[in-house]
Amino acid sequence: MSDAEQPTDDHGPGTDSDDEFEPIQVFPEAEEMDLRPGADNCYKCSTCDTNCPVAEVDDEFPGPKFQGPEQWRLKRQEDQDIDDSVMKCSNCMRCDSACPSEVPLSQMHNTARAEYVEQNMSKFSREYWRNRMLANYRTLAPLGAMFPRTANFVTGLSVTSWLGEKVMGITSERDLPEFATETFREWWTKRGGAKIDNPDKRIAYFHGCYANYNTPEVAKALVRVYEHFGYEVMVPDQSCSGTPMFANGMLEDARRATETNVSELAAALEDGADIVASCSSCSMSIRQEYPELFDFEGTEDVASNTWDAVEYLRVHEDLEAALADASVDDERFEDFAYHAPCHARNQGLDGQTVELLALIDGVEAHDVGDSCSGISGTYGWKEENYETSMKIGEEMFEHMEHADAEQGLTECPTCSMQMGHGTGYEITHTLEVLAAALLESEPSQSPSSAD
Amino acid sequence: MAIEDDVLVIGGGIAGSMAALSAAEHTDRVRLVTYKQSTLRSASGLIDVLGYTPDGTGPLADPFDALEDLPDSHPYQRVGTDAVRDALALFDEITGDAYAGDHTETNALVPTHGGTVKPTARYPAATAAGLASDDRDTLLVGFETLPDFDAPLAAAHLEAAGVPFDTRGVTLAFPGIERDDAKVTRYAHLLERNESITMGTTTTGAREALVSLVDAHLEDESRVGFPAILGDDHADEVRESLADALGVDVFEVPMGPPSLPGMRLEDLLYDALEDAGVRVTSGVPVVDYDSETVAASETATADEVAADGGSDRETPGDGERIDRVIVDRNGTEIPHRADQYVLATGGLVGKGVRSERAGSAENDATGVVFEPIFDCHVPHAEDRYDWFVDDAFGEQPFARFGLESDRELRPLAADGTLEFVNLRAAGAVLGGYDFAAEKSGAGVSLATGYVAGKRAGEEVGE
Ligand SMILES: Cc1cc2nc3c(=O)[nH]c(=O)nc-3n(C[C@H](O)[C@H](O)[C@H](O)COP(=O)(O)OP(=O)(O)OC[C@H]3O[C@@H](n4cnc5c(N)ncnc54)[C@H](O)[C@@H]3O)c2cc1C
Ligand code: SF4
Ligand code: SF4
Repeated sequence: MSDAEQPTDDHGPGTDSDDEFEPIQVFPEAEEMDLRPGADNCYKCSTCDTNCPVAEVDDEFPGPKFQGPEQWRLKRQEDQDIDDSVMKCSNCMRCDSACPSEVPLSQMHNTARAEYVEQNMSKFSREYWRNRMLANYRTLAPLGAMFPRTANFVTGLSVTSWLGEKVMGITSERDLPEFATETFREWWTKRGGAKIDNPDKRIAYFHGCYANYNTPEVAKALVRVYEHFGYEVMVPDQSCSGTPMFANGMLEDARRATETNVSELAAALEDGADIVASCSSCSMSIRQEYPELFDFEGTEDVASNTWDAVEYLRVHEDLEAALADASVDDERFEDFAYHAPCHARNQGLDGQTVELLALIDGVEAHDVGDSCSGISGTYGWKEENYETSMKIGEEMFEHMEHADAEQGLTECPTCSMQMGHGTGYEITHTLEVLAAALLESEPSQSPSSAD
Repeated sequence: MAIEDDVLVIGGGIAGSMAALSAAEHTDRVRLVTYKQSTLRSASGLIDVLGYTPDGTGPLADPFDALEDLPDSHPYQRVGTDAVRDALALFDEITGDAYAGDHTETNALVPTHGGTVKPTARYPAATAAGLASDDRDTLLVGFETLPDFDAPLAAAHLEAAGVPFDTRGVTLAFPGIERDDAKVTRYAHLLERNESITMGTTTTGAREALVSLVDAHLEDESRVGFPAILGDDHADEVRESLADALGVDVFEVPMGPPSLPGMRLEDLLYDALEDAGVRVTSGVPVVDYDSETVAASETATADEVAADGGSDRETPGDGERIDRVIVDRNGTEIPHRADQYVLATGGLVGKGVRSERAGSAENDATGVVFEPIFDCHVPHAEDRYDWFVDDAFGEQPFARFGLESDRELRPLAADGTLEFVNLRAAGAVLGGYDFAAEKSGAGVSLATGYVAGKRAGEEVGE
């Protein structure tokens, strides 16, 4: 039975009653993590603050230096509560990669946020449940996927969005994402799984929630591209990567998801596979946040063997040569306004897409600069953040409109929503372009026959 | 397989960007890998070549005159005065109208936020109307929420320094800023987007609100200086619109860290890298390398080096050649291979050079200073107490910590042989100078970046 039919994480809202909820002791754990050397490393240069997209547009946000090392120090001196402004941080992690002095800002924010939610946010508040629901998209999505047409119809109704905003605090400005009529895992099962057996070249695909429920075309493109290079693709059971849970301070939900993922992915490693992800926030979470926050057996191993799907091919195959021979003759793939997601940037992947697509005859990706898209996962869905989110996105929208392209390209599902929302463009994932290039250029096969 | 390039530059501050840009003039495949953000975010955005001699004489009117007399170990001496000129020429080409100062070899005198006057070789166009050599009367405007720039105090300091004009300072409340720790990017954003703000009962654009506040204080001064927060991507437009509305010239006073002029320079350099086709990988560190020993015949011989401008040290018989470096991407090791490498990882601030206690229980005083990627030799006293002198204003040995190099900027081992035949070093990772005391930070980085990149690029072709 596929994981889509039998969710492995059954602790989300709706299935979980209040008394089952085990409070976690975040703070002692944070001490275990020993954030002191990190805090001491801060020499107050404010580089983090000047990289924070929220502080640039929102007067009420005190910025990462305060959220991280300063608050940490305050806490130790005079048992103070975590400031509620921590919920205004979007978890874009730009401050983390900016700090020249190795202060683990995102680790500090994640633990502070978890402590705030645990100790200062009422478990009965609308905000708590709204956040919990957003964070646990993974447990709600199967419902939508079971009745995609009804779900799309219902979420598209104006009364639904009005209710969403009034009752749940989810902005009515955005269209909720559409569910695919067939999830990736359903397609995978129907197809009979992998088409190639190859003990020497094996990857385990972490598709995450969005590529499964909403954009299975991205996941299918990954399968086709990897099979093109002769890989055996495994699709292990998996839970949410945890990204939306970290961002909402739901560390205990994240812990459960991580435990499932680490054990499933570690088993895939045992089978000789490397792990690849198509979503930049999923790979970021597995690579950095898992080892920063948890220590299940195999966490480090899983983290250090997880790759961005394109980067993996680049290092293990002669991808550049293959693309140099490839061409695409399709208007839909001609020119793209490319946005590098913050979480790709944090992994040193910001230049990769533009570099590689330049090799393909007939395709060009124009970089729209290094600003943040502003949506940061669940952040921009909250009624109270919508305006900030759009203000941050303004620079990207303008650059997209100035770029010589009528469609967008990115690797992050929520950046993609924001790009579409701000410009009305169709947004594509890089793997779809690679699939078109590599498979179209394959003499004997058309893309559809690879199904 | 590794990610392959001709030249790989490690570090993306001024030195690394310049190295990549000059390498790209000679070869196609240049990559720059950089980890965290560079000191450009903190630096003033001024390009100092040399403000004071190592023994403290100055401010210098003509930095080029003084370059000739620097000690042989100084990076400027390593590369030669002509290279400094060539590097500035490339910088001028890259920055175009955004920077001024290229009409003369003498230093310009720029008023700083503390009210001192700083000798510098190139300055942002935004600062041009504020030079201390210009005799127009000046109004300086500071803001309550930006205590780093106390305008009345700065004005008094400038007058005391004997500037040839009258200057006054006023402190205002910045329209639209409430919190006293608002980020400089917030000020810039307000002005750049001309966000509407409410003052009392009226709502106006942030620029109009600022203009009306300043106008009320303006007497017969013909220029107004603001702290350097006037916009980010469209700073020219912000400055011009304020100048038009006030009917005077408007200029920015360079500030301490964090610094918008530094960020704007970073943007200029990174745009130039993109235009030059340099591939940039940021957010991830180089952590290790693999090397191989190559026979003498394959390394440049001493004769060749001498013909090429002269190495004053023997090139060794056999040499180590870096085959590939390892980039750590959040735990995954990604090999990168190139023919030539440039190390531009910064000094103690950029973490290109690190120090650690090496002491045992009995002798706590010993310490090591090292270069963490290639473990290139960094000369230093073993006793940590010899790294500092008691006089806070004295010449601090630690300020000069860094690599020694030959005239091609290839790092040298303790015995004077090359560490690697295909590695060059540039910027603050080099030793032999104290940029803060000499006011030579950006200049040394530009000149050595230029030379290291150029030689690396040329060698690929050979
Ligand atoms: C506060 C301050 C003010 C200054 N003001 C002035 C001024 O007014 N005028 C002036 O001329 N100069 C000034 N300077 C000096 C000047 O701006 C630069 O500091 C100097 O030129 C050094 O530049 P750099 O490129 O060598 O190194 P850095 O700017 O330190 O850059 C080094 C880069 O290398 C990266 N790096 C380090 N290790 C690795 C690794 N293992 N892998 C990949 N990347 C790595 C770092 O993350 C960093 O991005 C100032 C400096 C500071 C700190
Ligand atoms: S960038 Fe790092 S060192 Fe600088 S203020 Fe922020 S946390 Fe502190
Ligand atoms: S994670 Fe992003 S939003 Fe949060 S403090 Fe850091 S830079 Fe700001």
